[in-house]
Amino acid sequence: MSKRFRDILLRIGLYAVVILICVWVIAPFAWLVISSISTRIQLTSVPLDWFPDQPNFDHYRRVFFGGQGATSMHRNLNGAAVNTLIVAGMSTLISLVAGSMAAYAFTRLRFRLKGSLLVTILITQLLPTVSIIIPMYRIMLTLDLLDTIWGLVLANVTIILPMIIWILRGYFAGLPEGLEEAARIDGCTRIGTIVRIMLPLSAPGLAASGMFAFIVAWNEFFTAFILSSTMNSKTLSVVISEFSSKVGIDYVAMATAGVLASIPPVVLAIVFQRYIVQGLTAGAVKG
Amino acid sequence: MRGARPLKTGRSSWLENTSVLAFVLLAPTIILVFGLLLYPILNTVWLSFTDLKLSVPQSGAFIGLNNYLKAFQDPEFVASIRRTIYFAVVTVPVETVLGLLIALVLCQKFKGRGFVRGLIILPWALPYVVNGAMWKWIFNANYGAFNALLSQWGLIDSYRIWLGNPTTAFNLIILANVWKETPVAVILIHAALQSISPDLYEAARVDGAGAFRRLWYITLPIIRPVLAVTMVIKTVWALKEFDLFYIITQGGPANATNVATFYTYLTTFRFLDFGYGSALAFVMVVIALVIAALYVRMISREEPY
Repeated sequence: MSKRFRDILLRIGLYAVVILICVWVIAPFAWLVISSISTRIQLTSVPLDWFPDQPNFDHYRRVFFGGQGATSMHRNLNGAAVNTLIVAGMSTLISLVAGSMAAYAFTRLRFRLKGSLLVTILITQLLPTVSIIIPMYRIMLTLDLLDTIWGLVLANVTIILPMIIWILRGYFAGLPEGLEEAARIDGCTRIGTIVRIMLPLSAPGLAASGMFAFIVAWNEFFTAFILSSTMNSKTLSVVISEFSSKVGIDYVAMATAGVLASIPPVVLAIVFQRYIVQGLTAGAVKG
Repeated sequence: MRGARPLKTGRSSWLENTSVLAFVLLAPTIILVFGLLLYPILNTVWLSFTDLKLSVPQSGAFIGLNNYLKAFQDPEFVASIRRTIYFAVVTVPVETVLGLLIALVLCQKFKGRGFVRGLIILPWALPYVVNGAMWKWIFNANYGAFNALLSQWGLIDSYRIWLGNPTTAFNLIILANVWKETPVAVILIHAALQSISPDLYEAARVDGAGAFRRLWYITLPIIRPVLAVTMVIKTVWALKEFDLFYIITQGGPANATNVATFYTYLTTFRFLDFGYGSALAFVMVVIALVIAALYVRMISREEPY
């Protein structure tokens, strides 16, 4: 076998594997998208008719604009999307503020119990949520935060704040200390150096950890599932979970809800892929 | 703690003291993490020693270790732990190996590589609940795409009730988890692969080492720490997994997918047995802590802080 022939075979093999990977990643989600623009009759045909002759955007239209055929389900999805956006946005914002302060202290200041505090924060990230949910539920009950947006924001902060501290710590550690010292000699206060020097320099780190945290908060299910009970605070994940446990559901509507809930995190993740990869690797591997 | 340094300027000088500043900067985190995570854990431990049932007024008396004794004699809890272990033992190696293989492919040169690298993140970004609902729909007994595909290819004669069979239900949940979680392994391993100097491979090639020998003697030893960390993190995640089991099978059929997190949830929120549920939850915490200790040791050896 000539070397050239072998190289060609290897190339073909490589492309075959790449295509296989793409199909494996895309196919399940593509089927969800196709289901969402099919008709009920077509989806329940046997043998299955894979592609709709004419895309059916009815459910999308009803969720966004209401109008004819819109039911409480469509209104709930719309309301849940707003809840999810507020919960994910607010918890990310709060975690970024608290997290950058903490990450600065962990990288630049020397104080007692630093090591054990850091390890404690890391370990909380690894605990099963089910193990803290009973007391958390009772705390929310006491604070009158059950079934409220703010209750969910707090619950999400406990999940994403440790991640953000962990990612930002890596970023801050990579910034040269000389800049801060120069600013301090010129009369800048500690807080001044943080606000004027550290934060602007670590903008990519803030973006990476913020994006990462937003997606995690957007996708969070368990705490919302336990803490919310009405449309006052139900998120998309909770509404969709109720869908899928019902018997005789409208599969087209379910698929539409699934696609809508996926669009923000999927688009963010693919567009800002570099940040997400930084977040994942910094959060997990570098420690 | 060191004493306050002499005041240099009047303005905000108390913030110039390192300990004070550290405390101020850490205060929000400490309040949030301690208030909403550590206090709950301690509270869970306390509740696990009581017989608190939400459905029984005046319950909540101290009963010592009774809940724990009950847990280890509860055949359903022991079985649920066994299912969780099975889930971890299958998903972790499968996702790590698959992640390594895909990462190796993504390191090759081919057209559209940037696109494929971006695409690989899609399953990770999908909400867990959507992932569950999507696979439940695919495995649907009457109209599912899985049945349609297999029967159109002639692999099955008639549609099967996949999620109604204990074995297939559990393994299909594993498939749904592998689809969603493999990208994390790909990303972690891919990042590690890219940090390996091409010179090493070149030198090995000059010495006549084939592709497999290069993989075995150069790549794997270098990325071994990353593989280890990936596996530990994935083990912790596998222990925590709840959403897929809740969405796809609700622990059924015949308890076949009733894993430890789901059983704890049922005990607590369906049967409202907070005392016993807390004991089950704390058993899970202990298991997670053992793995966490391993993780902390691993990363602190790599990068001292």
